Amino acid sequence: MASVSSALVPPVIDPAQWKLPDRGIIGIACLIITESALFSIFVVGYIFYIGKSLNGPYPKDVLHFPVLGTIALLSSSVTIVIAERALEHGRRALFQLWWIVTILLGAFFLGSTAMEWHQLIVNEHLTISTNLFGTTFYSLVGLHASHVIVGLLFLLLVGAVTLFGFPIETQKRRVMFLSWYWHFVDVVWIIVFTVVYIVGR
Amino acid sequence: MGSTDYPLDRQDAHQDVHQAIRPYVHSDKLSFSDALYVIVTTVDHKKLGLMYIVASLIFLVIAGLMASVMRLQLAFPNGHVVSPATFNRLFTMHGTTMVFLVGMPLLAGFANYLIPLMIGARDMAFPRLNAFGFWIFLFGGFLLYFSYVGGGGLQGAGSAPDVGWFAYSPLTERAFSRGLSTDYWTLGVLCSGIGSLASALNVIATVASMRCPGMTLSRMPMFVWLMLVDSWLILIALPPLSAAQIMLMLDRYLGAHFFDTQNGGSAILWQHFFWIFGHPEVYILIFPAFGILSEVIPIFSRKPIFGRPAMVAAAVAIGFISLSVWAHHMFAVGLDSASNIFFAAATMMVGVPTGIKIFNWLATMYGGKLIFRTPMLFCIAFLFQFLIAGLTGIMLGVTPFDWQLHDSYFVVAHFHFTLVGGFVFAIFAGMYYWFPKASGRMLSETLGKWHFWLMTVGFNLTFIPLHFVGMMGMPRRIYTYPYGRGWELWNFVASVGVVLQLAAVAIFVWNILQSLGRSDSERSGDDPWNAWTLEWATHSPPPEYNFEKIPVVYSSRPLWDLKHPEDPDWEFE
Repeated sequence: MASVSSALVPPVIDPAQWKLPDRGIIGIACLIITESALFSIFVVGYIFYIGKSLNGPYPKDVLHFPVLGTIALLSSSVTIVIAERALEHGRRALFQLWWIVTILLGAFFLGSTAMEWHQLIVNEHLTISTNLFGTTFYSLVGLHASHVIVGLLFLLLVGAVTLFGFPIETQKRRVMFLSWYWHFVDVVWIIVFTVVYIVGR
Repeated sequence: MGSTDYPLDRQDAHQDVHQAIRPYVHSDKLSFSDALYVIVTTVDHKKLGLMYIVASLIFLVIAGLMASVMRLQLAFPNGHVVSPATFNRLFTMHGTTMVFLVGMPLLAGFANYLIPLMIGARDMAFPRLNAFGFWIFLFGGFLLYFSYVGGGGLQGAGSAPDVGWFAYSPLTERAFSRGLSTDYWTLGVLCSGIGSLASALNVIATVASMRCPGMTLSRMPMFVWLMLVDSWLILIALPPLSAAQIMLMLDRYLGAHFFDTQNGGSAILWQHFFWIFGHPEVYILIFPAFGILSEVIPIFSRKPIFGRPAMVAAAVAIGFISLSVWAHHMFAVGLDSASNIFFAAATMMVGVPTGIKIFNWLATMYGGKLIFRTPMLFCIAFLFQFLIAGLTGIMLGVTPFDWQLHDSYFVVAHFHFTLVGGFVFAIFAGMYYWFPKASGRMLSETLGKWHFWLMTVGFNLTFIPLHFVGMMGMPRRIYTYPYGRGWELWNFVASVGVVLQLAAVAIFVWNILQSLGRSDSERSGDDPWNAWTLEWATHSPPPEYNFEKIPVVYSSRPLWDLKHPEDPDWEFE
């Protein structure tokens, strides 16, 4: 109990032992959480309007599974991990190789989305204003694609940094945060794919 | 225990910037261009916090004057002060400004200024993101107000948004909102929302990674706890609004049909999306108020807060429950009865943790040595007024009752009791309490008492009668009303109350200017309230680096431990 006479000696807290989470990890985790909230509203919007289009074209007539693009995007999540591992072990050339593969896979996905949209707009005459399917399809897939574009820009930035010979070894944390974001974009695609191409058809 | 042990193990680039501007900051007389340079380039959490607070106080005065014009219009039946179209713009701009340009930046300002000081850190986790958040908020505000000159409406150039602060579709669709004013509303709010998200992310990262040694979560000041829960709510609840606004812009500019009923779109979907944001939003606004009360009441009762863990748990519970009550704003649209029951029951449930908080504040005061200084007076008024707000909230949560009074002045009175009687009163308490910390000067107690009494009397005079006219059937958002409904007296009384509130705010502004401007105003010293939390451990105003040595904390009242080494708190923790 409290002693009144003399000052008490507080328990020892060694500041060197005081470890808190990395602020970058918390920051990128918060970004992913808030982005998830944003996406979930668009997904809810999509699900809400499934089958409510007043006129065609309808999803079952015009949508095809984007198989190659999906494979490319999901593989890029694997290649970015391989690249990270290589960086971890200080193998710069290997890191660069897998990083470029990741960029190419991401770009391939984006290209396949562009082809799909081109086909839908030109051949099927489905635009964002055609019907509710067009409205929800282009906005949800487009929101995801815009995230892929942002991810690609950052991937390119890192790629340029390492190819021009700047030290990337000091930036391992930032590379890790970027790969988290890239994984997030991947996971969102799995959800978008399920909702748009499986449930929505 | 030297400063080298500071958990931030990286010397950030912003530290160099601070070094560069330090000569400007520490000189007494700043030339205008130097001051502007500091304001534009600063990433210091204290300066950004004050910039947030000053900007939002300016918006508070603007939106308050708008409210006054509306009360002037409604003071007498068949009023002719403003046209119906102007009245619509007034209530839209008043509501939008108060929520997005006063409430959100005020809480960001208090969080920015206080959290690093309270947890013994030297800045927020992401100082540059912090500056970005402030400037994008301000840009959003300018965008909204630019509509007064640039938002070409039906009558040509210059019309403000007139769709109400919740901007229900399909009113906001191209067919019904011609011109650009609705776009300014959408983009302005979207931008300021990005600022709020940035600041919320920053608060979470700061609390998670920047606490000084010994500052465990259980020892964190209540204000920091409340802001932590608050920031989580912002992260989860704000994106639905942004998403809905993006959809609205797609509708308006690319011909999408999200809210376009002519093409199968839904008129209700916007309401769901908006209130999924909108209801948590009112808790987002009231949580900082709770935090301020939880700091001020113990100090002026000379007792530690009663039931700390229960207070934290209640805050977390309110956070969770508030995410599932949104449709109580939509009872009148005709949801099925299962939904009505669910949302009514969830609304009732919020009353439980809120009640816990009110009881704990009362229990903190019970048996304490109460000191009735201005901050404490505002807190006590908060307790009364927020209790009334909570009770009318529970009444409105009962579905049939809501059917009767939906969109009436009863609702207006209810949420002004929460947001003015609650939020604004707590902000005033916080201003009087922390002004000495930020400036090194005291605010006049005499003027403070005038401010308090005029504000309290004026506020109640305005908003108690609005309950009555609401029950008598006066709908909200009407620009005038005829004789003979029995509304005349109450509307007149409400408008008289506004005069008192305006006088109160004028006294408040005068008080601040007096204190800052006069060379003989009372100096506060570092710790004028004999307080217990870390922000009072450093100088007033705090130096750029906050703490000479990063403190080490052994209990939830570190300054008590320092002042009473013979009876420290950590012995009982």
